Amino acid sequence: IPSVSSIVPESCLLIVVGLLVGGLIKGVGEEPPILKSNIFFLFLLPPIILDAGYFLPLRQFTENLGTILIFAVVGTLWNAFFLGGLMYAVCQLSGPSLSHIGLLANLLFGSIISAVDPVAVLAVFEEIHINELLHILVFGESLLNDAVTVVLYHLFEEFANFEQVTIIDIILGFLSFFVVSLGGVFVGVIYGVIAAFTSRFTSHIRVIEPLFVFLYSYMAYLSAELFHLSGIMALIASGVVMRPYVEANISHKSHTTIKYFLKMWSSVSETLIFIFLGVSTVAGHHYWNWTFVISTLLFCLIARVLGVLVLTWFINKFRIVKLTPKDQFIIAYGGLRGAIAFSLGYLLDYQHFDMRDMFLTAIITVIFFTVFVQGMTIRPLVDLLAVKKKQETKRSINEEIHTQFLDHLLTGIEDICGHYGHHHWKDKLNRFNKKYVKKCLIAGERSKEPQLIAFYHKMEMKQAIELVESGGIGKIPSAVSTVSIQNINPKSLPVERILPALSKDKEEEIRKILRNNLQKTRQRLRSYNRHTLVADPYEEAWNQMLLRRQKARQLEQKMNNYLTVPAHKLDSPTMSRARIGSDPLAYEPKADSENLPIITIDPASPQSPDSADLMNEEPKGCGGLPPSPEEDEEGLVMRVKEPSSPGTDDVFTPGTGDSPSNQRMLRCLSDPGPRPEPEEGEPFIPKGQ
Amino acid sequence: LGCPLELTPHHLSASPTVTSEQIEHLHRRFKQLSRDQLTIRKENFDSIPDLEFNPIRGKIVHAFFDKRNLRQESEGLADEINFEDFLTIMSYFRPIEMNMDEEQLDRFRKEKLKFLFHMYDSDHDGKITLQEYRNVVEELLSGNPHLEKESARSIADGAMMEAASICVGQMGPDQVYEGITFEDFLKMWQGIDIETKMHVRFLTMETIAHCY
Repeated sequence: IPSVSSIVPESCLLIVVGLLVGGLIKGVGEEPPILKSNIFFLFLLPPIILDAGYFLPLRQFTENLGTILIFAVVGTLWNAFFLGGLMYAVCQLSGPSLSHIGLLANLLFGSIISAVDPVAVLAVFEEIHINELLHILVFGESLLNDAVTVVLYHLFEEFANFEQVTIIDIILGFLSFFVVSLGGVFVGVIYGVIAAFTSRFTSHIRVIEPLFVFLYSYMAYLSAELFHLSGIMALIASGVVMRPYVEANISHKSHTTIKYFLKMWSSVSETLIFIFLGVSTVAGHHYWNWTFVISTLLFCLIARVLGVLVLTWFINKFRIVKLTPKDQFIIAYGGLRGAIAFSLGYLLDYQHFDMRDMFLTAIITVIFFTVFVQGMTIRPLVDLLAVKKKQETKRSINEEIHTQFLDHLLTGIEDICGHYGHHHWKDKLNRFNKKYVKKCLIAGERSKEPQLIAFYHKMEMKQAIELVESGGIGKIPSAVSTVSIQNINPKSLPVERILPALSKDKEEEIRKILRNNLQKTRQRLRSYNRHTLVADPYEEAWNQMLLRRQKARQLEQKMNNYLTVPAHKLDSPTMSRARIGSDPLAYEPKADSENLPIITIDPASPQSPDSADLMNEEPKGCGGLPPSPEEDEEGLVMRVKEPSSPGTDDVFTPGTGDSPSNQRMLRCLSDPGPRPEPEEGEPFIPKGQ
Repeated sequence: LGCPLELTPHHLSASPTVTSEQIEHLHRRFKQLSRDQLTIRKENFDSIPDLEFNPIRGKIVHAFFDKRNLRQESEGLADEINFEDFLTIMSYFRPIEMNMDEEQLDRFRKEKLKFLFHMYDSDHDGKITLQEYRNVVEELLSGNPHLEKESARSIADGAMMEAASICVGQMGPDQVYEGITFEDFLKMWQGIDIETKMHVRFLTMETIAHCY
């Protein structure tokens, strides 16, 4: 039995909830709130657009930019004029009730309703998982047509108040389109660059890094809206421009924060928008006119289908990957209208447009139709037509190498042919970026890091985190293959380094992540192994300490016969407990402790060296213990390496520690460590001694 | 001299997408590169200024002279190539057409991948060994002189291990993976649709870049 959520998309349910809430409020006798336009444009819309722009898949977007622009600009213009013109004809023909609506009013109406809405498209398309090409085409169109909508809206609104519209006005209107769109992009780029530049200096105050991303993007939006430029394009441009540089500068945690905040805000906004739409429907004053509404609906659909067909025929002449009829159907069917149209209609004032209520009713009807009918049926249609769905491919290092190789190869061939094509200019832009822009906007070492290395680091970080989270259970996760360096290069030494040298702060970051996660993993490990008789950690540590005390006493006795330098007295129990407790590796250090890796992921993967030996930095001995007396051949001086170790914060790099503190000791003691390796010949000291 | 406009080389007749206009353009370019000689040698490629910035230019130029790409039965490197050979290499980059059927598409794809494979496999033994792969990554990163060789090697090692796990699956500790064969190479490229990616538009070629 299919559940409700698999048939009805979320946006529909939300509108229904809004309707119910509005009905409830009205039933109680209160006035339900309407979605005010300034709240919508200032607070509800920007998070959604920023989320879309920041995570825009840039490669596909630029590859299909021509197609998207044609759909957005030409398509929207066609829709607006076709619809406006036909509605004017309908109004004139239909009788006295409608014939007072002028051409300009109808054109205005057409321009409001013709724009595909990004919120609605996102809401519906996200659930159907179609292939990336179609997704980016429809979604890109919905983003870029904002410029056209803004221009047409303001233009017709102004013109409706003029006595006469001259040719000059029309030409100026045409020019203003370029100003609006390019101006919006320009504003966005400026703020994007400023944001990237700011993030270069935030290495000491990581906590406010996400703030800059949100702040500068919102300012870009507001600045653009202030000058009647396209705010949406400004927002997208700033997100796209700032992203590569900001991501190179900020910490991993800030990156996660930005991602989750954006997703959270955009989800909340989307929900609120749809609910408000429902409430506004109940609350608003409606004026239902059958002819007007039905013909609007009809012509909207016809205009969309015709527009897509004609434009695709034209575009396919220039595309390598042609758009099939199936693709065209999805593009046409995916032209959903949404809250932007409603808000724009709401903005009209009564004095100049007394038919505003009728317009609003028609707009709401079209929105409901597209969201409910088209939204609900698109999923079964996608399955019926067997449209290609999104492939879940993992980006691998091989793919990255091959893609880069191919890019360079094609650039080279273009140069040999003497043909300055797509690849040539992309390569030039990349070189410019590397030479000048990255140096300004990215801090420190990373400005020179080539893309391949950055990609590799990202993947290693991801793998490290994955491995830690899954490997702590004690099994080799099946995703980690058992192919090791031995399999491909048998002549190499096993200790050969697998990872490229990481910079100091990257190392520190990875180490911190692993440390935090491993500690948690160890604690989890404890709770899962309820059936194995693991001794109480406190007892264990106590036993160890007693063992050492015993050994030390023996050594003392030995030494006392030879020593000229007095041996150190053992510390108070607290100190030794701290010292021992800080060392989870309960076995004695080996003589060649210099070669021991600092971080060992314990029982998880015994053989894949790329999991374990993450940091083979300059050797720091496991100096947390006094060296075993038997192996300490240096005889005369008993070197007790205490001072550095007690209560080290970092359980995995003993030797870099601080003064002890109870808290740390407790934390360390709660960390059970591996099962202690029983040493030969050591008596097991029973509990309670 | 002989401008082979009427000549459709037999290997290009498989798909008549290289029009005579395009052949003319390419011939003009060939004459520019060869300084009106009949053949081109490796040195002629040095006269292209933009190629200097390309990290893998060595491999690209090498590919033009590789006899395996020129569909000759012999192995090794040719010293010089004529216009027909030039066209043969260019034909690897022609775009896909709508009216190709499954078999043609598959052959098309294999051809392009074979060209790429030859570029990776520099010693012509039919396998991409670890050393060759390391060499590829080093060349890709050669635009960054401050990087150590260590980084390139590690990336190549990681990539090779990943390739081994894709192609062979789980391996025991004493199995050795010799190198990437062509079949393995095909497997690695399954996710990327090379037919649409590996092409150069020959549509408009009015801008002919100048050589020295």
